[in-house]
Amino acid sequence: MTQVFHPAMNPFSKVSILGAFGLLALAGWLIDQWYRSLYMTQVNVVRTQPVQFSHEHHTSGLGIDCRYCHTSVETSSFAGIPATEVCMNCHTLIWNDSPKLEPVRESFRTGKSLVWTRVHDVPDYVYFNHSVHVAKGVGCAECHGRIDQMPLTWRTHTLYMEWCLDCHRHPEEHVRPRDQVFNMAWTRPADEPDLGKQLVEQNHVEKMIHCSTCHR
Amino acid sequence: MNSSDSAAPIDLAALNRRAASSTGRTYWKSLEELAQTPEFRERVVREFPQGASEWDDALGRRKFLALMGASLGLAGLAGCNRQPPEEIYPYVRAPEFIVPGKPLFFATALTLGGVGSGVLVESHMGRPTKIEGNPEHPGSLGTTDLFTQAAVLSMYDPDRSQVVLNIGEIDTWEACVRDLRAAIEATRPRQGRGLHILSETVTSPALADQLAKILGDLPQAVWHQYEPVNRDAERAGATLAFGSDVQPVYHLDRAEVIVSLDSDFLTSGPGCARYQHDFADARRVRQTSPRMNRLYAVESTPTLTGASADHRLPLRAAEIVRFARALAGRLGLAPQGFSPASTVESPGRFDPEHNALHAAWLEALADDLQRQRGTALVVAGAHQSPAVHALAHLMNSALGAVGTTVTYIAPLEAQPKGASTDQTASLAALAEALEQDEVDVLLILGGNPVYTAPVDLRFGARLPEAKQSLHLSLYADETSAVCEWHVPAAHELESWGDVRAYDGTVTIQQPLIAPLFNGRSSYEMLSALFDSSPRSTYDVVKDYWRGQRMDGDFERFWQTSVHDGVVADTAATVRPVTAAAANSLRDTVWSEAPSAGSDEKRSAKLEIIFRPDPTIWDGRFANHGWLQELAKPLMKLSWDNAALVGPATADRLKLANTEIVELRYGDRKIEAPIWVLPGHVDDSVTVLLGYGRTRAGRIGTGIGYDAYRLRTSDAPSFDDGLELVKTGRKAMLAATDLHWSMEGRNIVRSGTLDEYRLDPASPAHAHHEESGEPQNDKEHNHGEPSHEQEVHAEVAHAEHEHASLYPPFKDTGYAWGMSIDLGACTGCSACVIACQAENNSPVVGKDAVMRSREMHWLRIDRYYSGQLDNPEVLHQPMLCQQCEQAPCEVVCPVAATTHSPEGLNEMTYNRCVGTRYCSNNCPYKVRRFNFFNYHPDETPLTAMIYNPDVTVRSRGVMEKCTFCVQRINEAKIAADVESSRVGHQVKVADGGIVTACQAACPSGAIVFGDVNDPKSRVSQAKAEPTDYGLLTELNTHPRVTYLARVRNPQAALLAAEEQHRTGPAVRENIY
Repeated sequence: MTQVFHPAMNPFSKVSILGAFGLLALAGWLIDQWYRSLYMTQVNVVRTQPVQFSHEHHTSGLGIDCRYCHTSVETSSFAGIPATEVCMNCHTLIWNDSPKLEPVRESFRTGKSLVWTRVHDVPDYVYFNHSVHVAKGVGCAECHGRIDQMPLTWRTHTLYMEWCLDCHRHPEEHVRPRDQVFNMAWTRPADEPDLGKQLVEQNHVEKMIHCSTCHR
Repeated sequence: MNSSDSAAPIDLAALNRRAASSTGRTYWKSLEELAQTPEFRERVVREFPQGASEWDDALGRRKFLALMGASLGLAGLAGCNRQPPEEIYPYVRAPEFIVPGKPLFFATALTLGGVGSGVLVESHMGRPTKIEGNPEHPGSLGTTDLFTQAAVLSMYDPDRSQVVLNIGEIDTWEACVRDLRAAIEATRPRQGRGLHILSETVTSPALADQLAKILGDLPQAVWHQYEPVNRDAERAGATLAFGSDVQPVYHLDRAEVIVSLDSDFLTSGPGCARYQHDFADARRVRQTSPRMNRLYAVESTPTLTGASADHRLPLRAAEIVRFARALAGRLGLAPQGFSPASTVESPGRFDPEHNALHAAWLEALADDLQRQRGTALVVAGAHQSPAVHALAHLMNSALGAVGTTVTYIAPLEAQPKGASTDQTASLAALAEALEQDEVDVLLILGGNPVYTAPVDLRFGARLPEAKQSLHLSLYADETSAVCEWHVPAAHELESWGDVRAYDGTVTIQQPLIAPLFNGRSSYEMLSALFDSSPRSTYDVVKDYWRGQRMDGDFERFWQTSVHDGVVADTAATVRPVTAAAANSLRDTVWSEAPSAGSDEKRSAKLEIIFRPDPTIWDGRFANHGWLQELAKPLMKLSWDNAALVGPATADRLKLANTEIVELRYGDRKIEAPIWVLPGHVDDSVTVLLGYGRTRAGRIGTGIGYDAYRLRTSDAPSFDDGLELVKTGRKAMLAATDLHWSMEGRNIVRSGTLDEYRLDPASPAHAHHEESGEPQNDKEHNHGEPSHEQEVHAEVAHAEHEHASLYPPFKDTGYAWGMSIDLGACTGCSACVIACQAENNSPVVGKDAVMRSREMHWLRIDRYYSGQLDNPEVLHQPMLCQQCEQAPCEVVCPVAATTHSPEGLNEMTYNRCVGTRYCSNNCPYKVRRFNFFNYHPDETPLTAMIYNPDVTVRSRGVMEKCTFCVQRINEAKIAADVESSRVGHQVKVADGGIVTACQAACPSGAIVFGDVNDPKSRVSQAKAEPTDYGLLTELNTHPRVTYLARVRNPQAALLAAEEQHRTGPAVRENIY
């Protein structure tokens, strides 16, 4: 019986076998890249909002504390989006005729909520809790980035599980003294290399990496 | 597929032989298990019955594959989509106290039969989602019964009526009020003659006051109260015994010996949650207090109270009075010259002269009661005859129970002036007035009398005789259909109100949400129709209480009362009672009623017993998915009612389970499926009310049979003269007693108090100790060791070795565990509904239940032991055992089920791909698989009921008990936040985490906590000698352990019962 394939076909078979693996790997890499693309993660993408609210102006410019608006960040899972009333505390007096603030005044007049688009949105099966992160010394900027430098708000991290786990596995690299949580500009002092470990010890920060920490 | 497939007439003798055989205590879940039918064996071996995974539509395999292919392709595409943007709607003006993400709890009360139980309702930003008990309320003490727990779903029921109807056409509230006011005005010259108001039982002081004022204004008007399950007999009995209508309040915590005369005081009726609590507390055997009360139950239809009893005697319902007379006679209460008429001997008849067991019962009871004077208690069942109630009262008086174990208070319900306080008589009077064309205006406030009225009153046919009629109710139901006007009622969670508890304590009800469908309360309805300037419900209730509290700061009183859920010092005052002399009751209580006819006639026919359904009650919960799907305690049926018969009757009449029979009673007949219930008295058939609804809603319409069609006003509870005719057809019933069966390896364990005193560990090991006759067994089995013995050998071996390939689970910090006391569990199933409400478990429907697809994370397994005619019953709450070495975890290919450092066996839904390997490998069969998306018709309304702290699972995902991980996380986070505030580490306190099932359990059978803390309640419970784990021979190290049940039988009676059993049966092994 003669050979079906001539020996000259050998390179072809090698190439096609290896090529199949290569193609699979390529597909995998492409899918991976796709999921990490800015399109998918929405990192650095500014969302359309009813009012062009600038965190930069209000915090860096005016020095308003985060908690003036996000009142429940230390007590609840949800940090809280300020009621229209909170905006109007100031804006009845200043910029009270600015056309940019008309939606705010309209909301206040009509009693209808301003409809904001969520920028930092984890899936519905993830139960994130602000209060415990603040209590353990995770700064706002750790997840939200330098929001005090954002004229409009965007996401600086993917909010993917690998990103969450990175901190949950190595909390010492991400915690800060509790009094610096709301300080956007805080940086790890170079002369205290063991600060993270000390804080982890001191604040009883555990490596919470089991599933039911977030999924339930 | 279901038990119905293999249903054949039962062979009582063979089953009893099996039950009597085998060594030691043996438990069985169903007749099928006892008979070891092939179907049962399959249930044990297979996780799901054959066909459970099949597509349940008429869709063929090809079509299915085609659809699957297409959806897979589309699913791939869908995966490329990024997360859709979400919107946030903040408040415009933030309400005080509401913190987004944190629930608030409001105190209110929910009623059944007019009697309130105090609750705290969890509200997430204005959405009530979960009912908890109110610890400050005497009827609750922090726990809830089944119906209270389920109330939140009925509020969100999309089938509730949503518009005002005039003869079926949509109309307006204003037109309704205008029309009815005119009709009422027309009766004013006649002082209201022709005006009739029909309400359910009213205990509300404000509503009673409103009605009293209306009747004062229009003295010829009549107010009727009617509920199909009422206390007419109790009222008549109290009047016989004491000369006035008083209502008993039991103090079970003080009772040492309790006799139940066909009563189900533990799980139905006013105050049942409190009674369960007190009863369980008084029989909690611990090393530190090895004492317990004793309960004797004499009953016709098996109840959960009977299942909790230390001794239980089945008697026909009509025989209970004979028993009560004989017992009272033994206590020296009989009038002079009274001698009980002797009866022909037949099963189910009470005959102490010929029946040694009955004689022993009398002897034992009289002895025990006499010895426990002052701490004894006799309780009569609500549906028993007035004579039984009277005898119970007389015995209580004679035993010195009045003032200690029972006190009497004025009736809770308001008394309508001018109409009979007897509800059935009152409704009959209304029906008569309708017949005579004397009703000009009929206002029906709640209830569904057209469906529930005794059939001989022909209420539905007569109601249109009323010239003007109104029905205010939650549903546009059978009654609404024949009324001129229908107005949607506000649910109790949507309305203000006030209501009395079982002991008279008042709760001001407060709304949790504005009425979803513009419902109106009875208060508002009456005010709109009768007040010159209509007031809101809030004003009606508040004005009434303002009038009551002249002294002091009313606003403060009001705020405190609403906040606490209890109006201070409103418990009813104890009424002194004097028992009537025995001779004066000669003709009423002590005379044998000849009405039942000759003995020949009786023996030819059966007794019919009417009972409210255990989950649907009188039919008001017919459209309630949770309650329909809940397996009815004891009978373990869901989605249907059945005619219950005892095994001996089934044997005699050659009846098989699920066989449809025609029930002929009087000149009426209905068809109903048979359900053989071990322990049911012979020659009686129990029919369950509440089914066969014709206008209940999408869920409740057209399921089951309507037992009201046999119920007449002269015999609302039981009667002789039922005939049973076979039809040769079979019904498909969704019974769950075979679902998730485990191989019988000593799963439930029990012992007696005497055994416990000798060796406290013996109840937990009863099975091993008693297998002391291996020689006999071997002989019988022709020398081969039985399967059971092999298992025992394995068990004994494994328990000593506990060798494992896996490293032991190390835990530091918290280690969550649970202890469940089988002795305290009554099987009431409040925990099952609590779990469903807390964890967003779906309702799957009857068809799916028949395929073993029910999604309850917590189920109550019911086990029988002993003879079929009167078996011992044990309930075992079965949930994920949270094994330290969990067999499910190691087989998951995607690590969707893993172990937390605190010992939780976690289930991560978003990882699960639905292989079901875990479920296949679970020896406890506690994992549930979403065969479908059970939330397909979600609307914004129905989605409002979900607990926002728990994921709503989709199709193809495995799920199971998580130990309420959302509550654990909540408490731990709160402790962590507190730690950062105070500056040192704060641990979660013992009792700081309460699982949903634990919170609901009225008897406190479930304890949850940190087993690493030796002082925690759960550690202490686990340290009890009666503690045992399930299937521990498998080395699973379950974190849930059980406390074996300890019973407290009386030695002499136990011996007599032993004697009574059909002699030394042939020993043969079940397995």
